[in-house]
Amino acid sequence: MSTVGESFVTAAGLVVAADPRLLDIVCLSLTVSLSAVFIASCLGLPIGAAIAVGRFPGRRTLTVVLNGLMGLPPVVVGLLVYLLLSRAGPLGALGLLFTPSAMVIAQVVLITPIIAALSRQIVADAWRDYEEQLRSLGASTPRAACTLLIDTRFSLSTAVLAGLGRAVAEVGAVMIVGGNIEGVTRVMTTSIALETSKGDLPLALALGFILIAIVLILNALAHAVREWAVRRHG
Amino acid sequence: MAEALLTLEALRFDAGGHTLIDSVSARIAALRRTVILGPNGAGKSVLMRLMHGLLEPVSGRVHWSGGKAPVQAMVFQRPVMLRRSVLDNLTYALALAGVAAGERRTRAMDVLQRVGLAHLASRPARVLSGGEQQRVALARAWALRPAVLFLDEPTASLDPGASAEVERLIGVIAADGCSIVMSTHNLGQARRLADDILFIDSGRIAEHTPAADFFAAPRSAQAEQFIRGELSWT
Repeated sequence: MSTVGESFVTAAGLVVAADPRLLDIVCLSLTVSLSAVFIASCLGLPIGAAIAVGRFPGRRTLTVVLNGLMGLPPVVVGLLVYLLLSRAGPLGALGLLFTPSAMVIAQVVLITPIIAALSRQIVADAWRDYEEQLRSLGASTPRAACTLLIDTRFSLSTAVLAGLGRAVAEVGAVMIVGGNIEGVTRVMTTSIALETSKGDLPLALALGFILIAIVLILNALAHAVREWAVRRHG
Repeated sequence: MAEALLTLEALRFDAGGHTLIDSVSARIAALRRTVILGPNGAGKSVLMRLMHGLLEPVSGRVHWSGGKAPVQAMVFQRPVMLRRSVLDNLTYALALAGVAAGERRTRAMDVLQRVGLAHLASRPARVLSGGEQQRVALARAWALRPAVLFLDEPTASLDPGASAEVERLIGVIAADGCSIVMSTHNLGQARRLADDILFIDSGRIAEHTPAADFFAAPRSAQAEQFIRGELSWT
């Protein structure tokens, strides 16, 4: 128990002192994961809406596969992206391995299925209510998909947050493709893994608390914005 | 007899192994208010969706006078409001109908004025009362300047005051030169609104007569029973 108490004090100390190394790590974590969420949303939301609204063969199979991909093991994604970006790999020439860009790519692969699968469900539920009205007004399928994405925006924010939560909390993929290089690719989760393996449990736990706090604050902000918007727009 | 708006030729529609509409042939008169009357589950909604084109008949066809389907709109039992302002709900429909961007706003405001909802134009449509939403749905349909307006039990989930207002608006839209095809199981409403009655029972037309004749002396046993049954508790 003393470890927990001690690490609370350490965490508070790090935050109060605004330790520059800690700030760098937090900033990189957020930059990488928010970039990944942005790109994954640009991909995942339209994919989810298209599967929800579209009528094409293999739609059910695709839904099942997509839902399954939500459980992609980060380590495996890391390994695949590593192979893709390593010197001998197909994208090796880009020289991205062990850079933050590589970490963004790995997280995009990891969370695009999450955002797509959750948005598919949300849009499909809305489509049941809207379908006749939109078809009556003459909306094409792509147009209907866009309209539904806009209309379910408050619910979709939850899907995006789920993606963010997964991205910022995962360690396996960023560890493999980033390499946990201090000052370059070291993020919160890889630091925690490193400090734990070095035996500095209080520091590891302190970083853990800060990570949890950041995730909670982001979610609380998003929740507040959503509540406000729902009250205003119904 | 008045000019025909559309002709139904031996329409049949099946779903889930049941025949919901069976050998329905009828001639719907233009510029009149046709009320499709019948008990719950008679196939009123399905028949209207077949006319509007939301459902494809298994056999038979819907033939529009003039060869091609005119501009048409449908108002549903539960209005589907998009999560945006009342005005934007109207301009959205106008955009889908191919109305030039510059003209949409003026046309939408003009219709809102005519239905007495101009003061709600900038309000989010989803936070309006059920009655107001249904009036917005009517305005949205009317803004399309349809040759025919389909209404599926438009007052079934409204209180008497809101129902009266919706009925008044239907009268105004009809007087504006729009054919009306409306379903209801409410006899009083049919009496107030109908020029012609299309009485259906178990997916078949039992009777298709001018409203005055229908209420004075129904020709079919089912219609007579329906009127007696309804009157006994209305």
